[in-house]
Amino acid sequence: MFRWMLGGRDAQRAVEKNSVLCIGEEQPKNWFTELQVLKGHFDIVRFLVQIDDSRYASAGDDGLVLVWNIETGEKLLEMRGHSQQITAMATLTRVSGDTPHTSLVTASSDRSLSLWDPDTGNRVQTISDLQSSVKCLLVLERRSVWLSGGAELCVWNIDFQLQCQRQNHSDIGITALVELPKNCIAAAMDKEIVIYRLTASADLSLSLAEVRCLSDHQDNIRTLIPVNDGLFASGSHVGELILWDSSDFNIMAYEHILWEESQADTQSEIRLGSPKPCEMSIQHLTTNGTLILAAVGSGLYVYSILTKTVVAYRRAAHDSNILHTMLLSDSELMSCSEDGSVRMWEMQDLPLPAEVASPGFFGMWSFGRASKQTEPPVRKITEVPNIRTLELTGDLIGHSGAVQMFLSFGEQGLVTCSTDHLMILWKNGERQSHLRSVALFNKLEANEGLPLVG
Amino acid sequence: MIGSPDVVAFTREDETGETHADPWALPDEFSLPLAPHAHSNPWTKTSYAKFTKDFILISEFSEQVGPQPLLTIPDDPKVCGSFDLNYFSLRIMSVDYQASFVGHPPGSGYPRLSFVEDSRVVLGDSKEGAFAYVHHLTLYDLEARGFVRPFCMAYVSADERKIMMQFEELTRRFSQASECLKTGNRRAFAKELQRKLQDLEYTRLVLRKEEGLQRETAPQGIYSAHAVEKANELANVEKSIYEHRDLLRQISSYPGRPRRDPHAAPCQRCLTECLSEYEELLDKYATLDDALKPDVSGRVQAGKGQNGEQRGEEVNEDESEECVGRRPSYTPQLIKAKSAKCFDKRLKTLSELCDETFYEATVEVLKETERFFSGDLCYQYSRRLDRALRRKQHITNFLFEEELPNAKDEGETARPVCALNHAGDIKRLMRPPPILLCPQPLDALKLLDPSDPVSKMSHSQESDLRPGRSHLESSPSDQTLETQESSEETKCSFSSDRSVEGPMDGEQSLASARSEPADADLIFGPDLTPDQEHNTDPERQSTSEGTETTAGEDEGENGGDETPVSLQEDHAPLEASQGEGECQGGGTEMEPEMSLVQIDTACCMAQDGFLYEASVADVEPGLGLHSFHPPIPPCAVVNQEPQASPPLQGDYAVGSPQSEALTAGLDLPPGPFEDPASPAGADDGSDCTMSASAGSDRAVSPLCYGGGMTLRQRKKAGQGALKFVRQYPFALQALWCLLSGRTLVVLGSEEGRVRRLVSALALFVPGPGRCGERVQAWLSCPFTLADLHTWKLIGLQRVASPLGSCTLHSLSRYSRYISVLDADQKTLRCPPYRGTLLLNMADHRTSVRRGSTYFLHVQSTLGSLASKAFLLAFTHHLHLPVCSGEGPEAVEARQQGFLQEQLGLGPDDGQILLYLSRLITQQYLQPCPSAAAPSFTFNYTTSLLYKI
Repeated sequence: MFRWMLGGRDAQRAVEKNSVLCIGEEQPKNWFTELQVLKGHFDIVRFLVQIDDSRYASAGDDGLVLVWNIETGEKLLEMRGHSQQITAMATLTRVSGDTPHTSLVTASSDRSLSLWDPDTGNRVQTISDLQSSVKCLLVLERRSVWLSGGAELCVWNIDFQLQCQRQNHSDIGITALVELPKNCIAAAMDKEIVIYRLTASADLSLSLAEVRCLSDHQDNIRTLIPVNDGLFASGSHVGELILWDSSDFNIMAYEHILWEESQADTQSEIRLGSPKPCEMSIQHLTTNGTLILAAVGSGLYVYSILTKTVVAYRRAAHDSNILHTMLLSDSELMSCSEDGSVRMWEMQDLPLPAEVASPGFFGMWSFGRASKQTEPPVRKITEVPNIRTLELTGDLIGHSGAVQMFLSFGEQGLVTCSTDHLMILWKNGERQSHLRSVALFNKLEANEGLPLVG
Repeated sequence: MIGSPDVVAFTREDETGETHADPWALPDEFSLPLAPHAHSNPWTKTSYAKFTKDFILISEFSEQVGPQPLLTIPDDPKVCGSFDLNYFSLRIMSVDYQASFVGHPPGSGYPRLSFVEDSRVVLGDSKEGAFAYVHHLTLYDLEARGFVRPFCMAYVSADERKIMMQFEELTRRFSQASECLKTGNRRAFAKELQRKLQDLEYTRLVLRKEEGLQRETAPQGIYSAHAVEKANELANVEKSIYEHRDLLRQISSYPGRPRRDPHAAPCQRCLTECLSEYEELLDKYATLDDALKPDVSGRVQAGKGQNGEQRGEEVNEDESEECVGRRPSYTPQLIKAKSAKCFDKRLKTLSELCDETFYEATVEVLKETERFFSGDLCYQYSRRLDRALRRKQHITNFLFEEELPNAKDEGETARPVCALNHAGDIKRLMRPPPILLCPQPLDALKLLDPSDPVSKMSHSQESDLRPGRSHLESSPSDQTLETQESSEETKCSFSSDRSVEGPMDGEQSLASARSEPADADLIFGPDLTPDQEHNTDPERQSTSEGTETTAGEDEGENGGDETPVSLQEDHAPLEASQGEGECQGGGTEMEPEMSLVQIDTACCMAQDGFLYEASVADVEPGLGLHSFHPPIPPCAVVNQEPQASPPLQGDYAVGSPQSEALTAGLDLPPGPFEDPASPAGADDGSDCTMSASAGSDRAVSPLCYGGGMTLRQRKKAGQGALKFVRQYPFALQALWCLLSGRTLVVLGSEEGRVRRLVSALALFVPGPGRCGERVQAWLSCPFTLADLHTWKLIGLQRVASPLGSCTLHSLSRYSRYISVLDADQKTLRCPPYRGTLLLNMADHRTSVRRGSTYFLHVQSTLGSLASKAFLLAFTHHLHLPVCSGEGPEAVEARQQGFLQEQLGLGPDDGQILLYLSRLITQQYLQPCPSAAAPSFTFNYTTSLLYKI
């Protein structure tokens, strides 16, 4: 009777309907059987950062930074200071003596940067009146510096002193930063990835030098992640997924994830048409070193680095754009979307695939570069037997707006944040019940038994 | 929670003597009450009483007019109806067993105050349909004969068993009131004595002066008659001074004397205050001895003796200190030699006899007592059981039970030892014994009291306020009330005219039968008949109202008065009931309501005809008596009743569960009832506390979620729930949703219908919160996920508008967390329930017809669920590993095993218990809401759509 309905206000694409997606209410593998709605923000909550084993910070468009306890769901601190929405947040760990102390760095549209102490809630450092607002932060733990990327790229030391700075010619500015070996940094700007090298001169002053500019993407680079020591990956708005070598910055693999209006019968034709960009925009990339999970539009693609093939995919994993993904293990993954749901997936070998995979989905092109010509054609390997299916094992429904991000604390639970100003703490009901029982018997012991008469 | 009145009534005792054999039996105070009358109609009550509800009557045996009623509580003429208070005062004052000997004991020269211990008697007057717990007490009045004024306070009820079974508690409460009155009285008496002594001294000085003048003027050695008269007068006054001083000494020893009344619970603070006051007075007047010496003079002979003058000032000062606020100073007055005739003077009123504050405190105590005992016995019994249980299960009470009114401190505030709220002095917490409905062998003591020892004059309150200056009655007359005799050997005591027959138990009934009017024994109420059987029982133990008339020992022998004496009069003349018909006009106005309430509490299983009968009996008491035994001629009743008697004998168990001692002898030491360490004192059904809402018969045990739910609401909720269960075949599933913690949304376009459904279903919401915070009766906007935390039952408006579609949207979005009951289309969408636990609550074809019955049924089922959940929550090995090597799987398996095998619950039923136990755990861990948001547990199951 109550068919699951689309969460987002945007119209649901009828073609995306897939009966498999309606997992229904019977979800035996879904162990998130307890939830806590955390209220505190007044606007879209966009960022979640783990501070330590029991705490995390949330930040969003209301400029607030809140620190929460994951076990109890209590709001520990409320840190106010930014007057506009927060655009980036990162943790900064400094080791003083033996104990590492974690601070929070936040960047806001009010063109300021702040350093917060999540133990006290104090704003330790503030830098305001930046020339532009910072869009991304990168902390280089090894060198005890951190970088802020926006219209300019700045390097700061741990005491919030500007070490060096570099203006950009691109008007979009840096949208993502990735640390590479050999003191290199990759910055995504518009359609290019610029590699900088950070060098320390004799007087310990740092300087940034542009090493390479990689302009192989056809469209805006949406996401840039480090994969492992030798690779980093980038995804663009038109569905290009490029695997780069971290040392020589060559393209290791190039996938162009294209839509095909998937029919019931599988077609092997390569579709070169131009689908809507948003449908194939790579919103988010995650990796665990061996697999790369790409959120493409509302679909999910799992790419194996070893075989350089797509091992599993689901074209319509969500009803709307996927905003954040995570690889829980080699076979389990999780995604959240604008449709307001979080879905958990499992890669399964399909005895009878629901969607018979076809290499035709993946267009391989070689563009200009000679180096790529030498690459073995990946598509030859991606034969049907290797394709596994992504099975929906559970979904978390609770938010009434797009789920911006989630943060997993393992068995302690999962936090999701959303445009509905809420966060939801999802937990394992049985585990919580057990913990409560333990607490109960501890209290019982402390109280020396039950008072029989109240 | 337990013990709905109908259960009480329908439970029958099958085998009498087997209750002790079962080791698994519940403790006595929790055992299901057994039916008192195995073969009689449980609703047969002495409904021919002429008053509508129980009340407290305070009467006095006035030395001027005889017994007279002074005050009723509640002070409402409607309560008493046509009940003859004057006559009843006569009856209750005629059974005064106080050892109130006053006067000159043979060996002493001064009149003695007798320190009378209160006596407690249960008295029945079947003609009036009234039974009373009568508490006699004696107050001191300097102007009264023998310095004593006998009073009594009576709790008058139509139900004898109510009194008998709550004798202990009645005793305790009335003792408290009496103690308060007496304390105030002793103080007032001491002050009165003080004034009197001052008067006397003044008089003496005046006389002495006159005598001295005469002596000077008169020739030497010649005494005129006048002088002789003066001398005699002076001697009299001096004697009187000595007497009064002795009285003062006696009254001063009053607080410190040993009390043998086991129920006397004087407030220590009051006592110390009194003592210090008395000591002060004594000190002052001990020195007055000097004043009697001829050379010392007072204010009259100003020239002589500064000592006296100083003393006089001292007296004045002291007195003014003591009489603060009443009489700033007291001017001694000359006392006439002749005392006024005793019928001329105005006797002090009760509030004058006692201090005003004490009097008011006493009235407060009595008012509270009246409120406390209101309601019929079944109701009281179940209420107390219920409260005792709930007090013990305070951890789970939040689930389904009403909040106990400040359960923590009610034990202290509701029963201060002292009526003046000297609460700080509480050394011991007297806990009333439970009402025992289970049989107690042969300790019910009842005596026939066929005739009154006092002549049947019934004086009314004429001449009460006859004006007149009170004067000293200098020679108290001996008024030895030789009204009874103690026979400790046989443990029997008898009313006055029966005392000679005491040892001859067997003959007593014969004698009583002989001595009574012919019509007296023709009709017995079912309560009464066995008593006659009982009287012939050689093992019968009677009360010992030991009384020693020797004045020196009058404090010594009052010990055994804890056992109630039921003196019941067997006047139940048939013709009288017809004659009384006309008097009932005043009472009937209240009675329809009254009978409704009785029907409610004694809710029955679809026996409307019977109820009608009962209500008829209520409205027409005189006819009601006949209507219950219409075909049986009066004498046949007597013949048939013996079958009913054996269980009845056991009914009147008054006292603690360990009442073997009580059975064994009446000289039971007071210990078990007062010692807080004894299990009886600490553990029994101690629910004598007053709930403010249970103030009248009509507000029968308001089960309120949040304090506002009256009987009517309760009944309505029960009716609504019953209607729901009968109307909807999927009620089972709906109840299961609520009980397993799944939010139920009642969707409907018509507000009234939705609200009705919600209020009906609210009964089943576990832990609804103090004010029902977990229930949202009517919501017209879309709900959010956070709302599902807070509300477990939501009434949702269905609107055909964009807002409505938004509502529907949230409904479908959160469909996995909720069940939806569509009130318009009469469908329910929820997970299937395959358990059996709820079948008896949600029986579509239930034979329960009445809402309140169903309500109680539900409450008791839910109560048992809650206790099981408590067990689950607090059983260690069901949650934690027993040994270190045990994994969580083993614990899980053990928990499942417990649910399935030991409790016999399927998975669905187990889910209810798990949810309840989770609530209990959360409640235990966080009694108050913490900063963290509440967590909300659910599970992923498929829902089905149920249609009607």
